[in-house]
Amino acid sequence: MNDGARPEKGLDRPADPSRRALLKGVGLAAGAAGLSSVLPLGATRALASEEELAKKHAEDPGLLIDVSKCVGCGSCAAACKLKNKLESREDQPFIGPKAKLASSNYTVLRQVKVGSAANPKTRFVKDQCLHCMEPACAAACFAKALTKTPGGPVRYDASMCVGCRYCMLACPFHIPTYEWERVVLPRVSKCNLCEDRVTKGEPTACASACSYGAITFGKRAELLKEAHSRIAKVPAVYHPHVYGETEAGGGSVFYLADASFEQLGFRDNAPDKPIPAIAETLSRPVPYVAVGGLALLSGIYALRKRRGTEEGED
Amino acid sequence: MGTPVATATSWRSGWTYKWTKTRVVLLALVGIAAGAYVYRFGFGLAETTNLSDRWPWGLWIWQVLGGVALTGAGFSTALYVHFAGRDEWKSIERAAFMTSLLGYLMVICVYPPELGRWFNFWRPAVFWGYHSALFEVYWCISLYTLVQVVKFGHIFVERVYMPRLGKVVDKAYAPLLVFGIVLPTLHHSSLGSLYVVAKGLLDPLWWSMLIPVFFLLSALFLGPAMVVVVLYLMGRGKREKLPMPQLSGLVRVSGWLMFVYLVLKFADLGARDQFGHLFDGSAQSIAWLVEIGLCAIVPMIVYLSKRLRENPVNLFTASVLVVLGVAFNRINVVLTGMAPSSGGVRYFPSWAELAVTIGIFAGGTLAYLFVAENFPILPKFAKAQAAAVVAEAEAVAAEAVAAPAMASGGVSTEPSSTEPEAVAGEGSAGA
Repeated sequence: MNDGARPEKGLDRPADPSRRALLKGVGLAAGAAGLSSVLPLGATRALASEEELAKKHAEDPGLLIDVSKCVGCGSCAAACKLKNKLESREDQPFIGPKAKLASSNYTVLRQVKVGSAANPKTRFVKDQCLHCMEPACAAACFAKALTKTPGGPVRYDASMCVGCRYCMLACPFHIPTYEWERVVLPRVSKCNLCEDRVTKGEPTACASACSYGAITFGKRAELLKEAHSRIAKVPAVYHPHVYGETEAGGGSVFYLADASFEQLGFRDNAPDKPIPAIAETLSRPVPYVAVGGLALLSGIYALRKRRGTEEGED
Repeated sequence: MGTPVATATSWRSGWTYKWTKTRVVLLALVGIAAGAYVYRFGFGLAETTNLSDRWPWGLWIWQVLGGVALTGAGFSTALYVHFAGRDEWKSIERAAFMTSLLGYLMVICVYPPELGRWFNFWRPAVFWGYHSALFEVYWCISLYTLVQVVKFGHIFVERVYMPRLGKVVDKAYAPLLVFGIVLPTLHHSSLGSLYVVAKGLLDPLWWSMLIPVFFLLSALFLGPAMVVVVLYLMGRGKREKLPMPQLSGLVRVSGWLMFVYLVLKFADLGARDQFGHLFDGSAQSIAWLVEIGLCAIVPMIVYLSKRLRENPVNLFTASVLVVLGVAFNRINVVLTGMAPSSGGVRYFPSWAELAVTIGIFAGGTLAYLFVAENFPILPKFAKAQAAAVVAEAEAVAAEAVAAPAMASGGVSTEPSSTEPEAVAGEGSAGA
């Protein structure tokens, strides 16, 4: 800060060797800080490995959605509305080609055209939260409004929410939606995997409503086993990938389909690594930079104070 | 060239604010923003903004990212002056600091309309979502704004006679200085980290694991550019009103930082094999080329050439490019780069979003002008102001001995005939 009426010392002071040393110190520190933020990029994650994660969440409740078995009746999405007391809005259709997740739709049955021009086919995709093992939304939430519950479902607690909508940006599948029209207390909307039911071992509303065997409720590990055995049994029909097994580190809701997931409108470039693990490589050096920076700068200040360079504010 | 010494009498004792035409227009913009603010709270986000489920973040988040980047002046100047031995740049430290303080206050003004449940703003302070980059941003911005408000106390007590406050802020001087570097370093980088989660969604020209480093570096090299722009405009572009030796030295540092930034940018693109994307003619590639070519490489050349940067017009033009370039970079991260993954949904800010953003910038400009005219912050007449205030304080103190209980601080309506710019002119003439 400017020191009032006193002459500026620095102006006519010759460049002394100690100043050079100071500069060097700052350069070194800046380099170290820069290095510490870059180094962890290649480092292995301290969090659970893929196998450990899968083991930890083996018993979690989940859904296996078989697109090839779905007839498109939409009772799953209707049951969801009843269960979660969601209104029906004309501007937010929950079935059909224009269906999309919205504040009144925790899940929708989206109609898609797949196949070639000569042989077009209609398929129905049930969009909903995948209940990731390492959810990006929960890691992004700075107010703990979104959490991965010990029972499995990713839960949203509106009373904690600040309304920043970072979860919506962070979700690799564009699942959370917002009550934009609500003037007071808008909330994030997303599937809660019928937490009250699944923790008692009962299936979700959508799974109970499906009478065509397109939605199987069960434990994560068992659902995966079932999915792979279905592919193995009829490899000619099924696309050889279980969507949701590895995407963004893996979730608890899986999809099997007789068309490629890209055609069905799924995101095909979702990172395999859990998003929080990617973000964490950057947040890990923060405490070190903070403590190191404070120590270094305090040191420089003390040194300058003793030499009389730093006059303080008077 | 040092700080010119103006006579103590050239600084008025009363508070002043000259209402020019420009300032009236700026005030009108603030009024429109206030209207949009009320509209937003009365009718909700859907009615007043063009945000949607595919565009949860828009112009207001750009204002947070861009606005915070524009405040890089305060901490970069403080870093050079107090921790890199550049004591000779001290005279412009306050002008830089003020852009920074006001920048943060402006950013804070955009939070209430942006946040859906803004009254829950205190919750992250109690329930720590420490794994979020936003948590770090939240803490660092809050604390750093507090640090700067207290730091402003130093300037305040030079103008308003408040000895007890002076003692308190003096005690806090050293910690404020140290925290005033560490906090912004952390949150400039963590603002970048916010977008790391958008891997595969944010265009690879901007998405990078190095994005926090890019955000930090750009805030650092932007700082001096912002100081140049502000001082040039305050001095109406007159060379003798610009502290050229200091500015020249400052932007040279920026030039080298920009060089490092550009090397990292290109190395990062190369490592991720994105050079093909760079020249594919997409809107994103053109935006990137303008951002880097016009707004980083060109000004870097000016900043690194002694001959070029010592011409005030060149210096100003290059600095405007840098400021626009960093603002454009944040637009590209928030909007341009997110467009390809938006599922065909378009976003352009609504009039209310634009009005709030423009109005907050207008308000910040008005506030800066008020502070510059009434507090000793500009290099040319800081000394004169300080001397006048000391004289005034002594007079007040003498008066207080005779009749106690009166301390200065009230608003005087005393008319002033001279503008501070004119005062500065007198100051440099006397130097």
